[in-house]
Amino acid sequence: MSMDLRTISITPLRQTFGHLARRMGADKPASRYMEATMDLQPVENYHYRPTWEPQYEIFDASRTRIAMRDWYALKDPRQYYYGPWTLARGRMGETAGGDFDLVDELGLAASYSAPGRALALKVLLPLRHVAWASNINNAYVSAYGYGIAITQAACFASMDQLGVAQYITRLAIAFDDLEALASAKTAWLEGAEWQELRHFVEDLMVEKDWFALLVAQDFVIDGLLYPLLYERFNEALNASYGPVFSMLTRFQREWGAETAKWIDSVLKVAAAESPENKAQLASWINAFRERAVKALTPIAAVAFGDQASAMLDEVVLQLNTRAAKAGITL
Amino acid sequence: MTSNAFIAFQTNDVTRSIVEAIVEDNPGAIVVEQPAMVKIDVPDRLVIKRSSVEEKLGRDFDLQELQLHLITISGHLDETDDEFTLSWNS
Repeated sequence: MSMDLRTISITPLRQTFGHLARRMGADKPASRYMEATMDLQPVENYHYRPTWEPQYEIFDASRTRIAMRDWYALKDPRQYYYGPWTLARGRMGETAGGDFDLVDELGLAASYSAPGRALALKVLLPLRHVAWASNINNAYVSAYGYGIAITQAACFASMDQLGVAQYITRLAIAFDDLEALASAKTAWLEGAEWQELRHFVEDLMVEKDWFALLVAQDFVIDGLLYPLLYERFNEALNASYGPVFSMLTRFQREWGAETAKWIDSVLKVAAAESPENKAQLASWINAFRERAVKALTPIAAVAFGDQASAMLDEVVLQLNTRAAKAGITL
Repeated sequence: MTSNAFIAFQTNDVTRSIVEAIVEDNPGAIVVEQPAMVKIDVPDRLVIKRSSVEEKLGRDFDLQELQLHLITISGHLDETDDEFTLSWNS
């Protein structure tokens, strides 16, 4: 008996959801990111206004001075929705965890030179409070922003910052130094070199315009802080004392580089939307950058000594270049 | 006479982005959707650029990852870190 194998092609009636087909202008398969992002937030038929701010709807685009015709244009180039975000962070966490284990196993932390360790802990540990502030601020963006495209990414950034704070804590523990955490908190609350930065991030906690907050926290502060401390300060430590801190701050470096791509792309799209947006973004960046540089100056002095201003100039230049690439003239 | 260089992938979320990148980089590409498979024909020369795939996919991409989704190819293969090229000497 002979058997004939044949394929029957069953074409689906529709390739994707109606709202995505209308968006793309054709019924073609959409990526999971598009399906898990576009138009998910309610836009009409709200029944109640927030009791604490009755001038706004629950989701209200007028909570920021930035205006967009389509808020879903602020897409995430990393295409993170919950699934790929957790997978990506899981992978990063595994590698970072491996580094911590290796440092522990080989006793690298214990053999690290005392002056290097004192300097590194002095500069890095109070940053866990900065990361926590960023967690709060990104959570605000996530809560009051408009459209899932930006709010989900802000929510991820918020949780990531909590992770950053935990990695900094683990770093202190790797050096077997719980004392250091307490003294870092005292430095954050009372140390003269941290007060400007603390004042800045605490002011941001009461900033009402969520897009301004996004610019200040994720573009300006992180855009200066990460290259300054996790790259340049890290290199300085490596040169003088060996690479242990590079291993223990790996997550922050990888995360900083990745998140910069997201915020750059958001700013680029928002700036391209209208001249008003562009002007508003430029004035925010200018104002926040001035304040951030003032806040980071004493910290850079602790970290780099007499090279502080040169290092700070470099990272400011780098930030300006990123703004220019996003089409924002400062 | 020109022959087609072609490549066929399993249909899935990753190859959708790869196919989009190929269509953008190869004018004249003909996409044939078959059950669970997608085949792309291009006259003479078909190129897959890493940068385009990365842009569509939103993450870093190693061109050797293609192999995970690959069904078949036709043409002489030239593979670098940045490009995966299939072509016929005509």
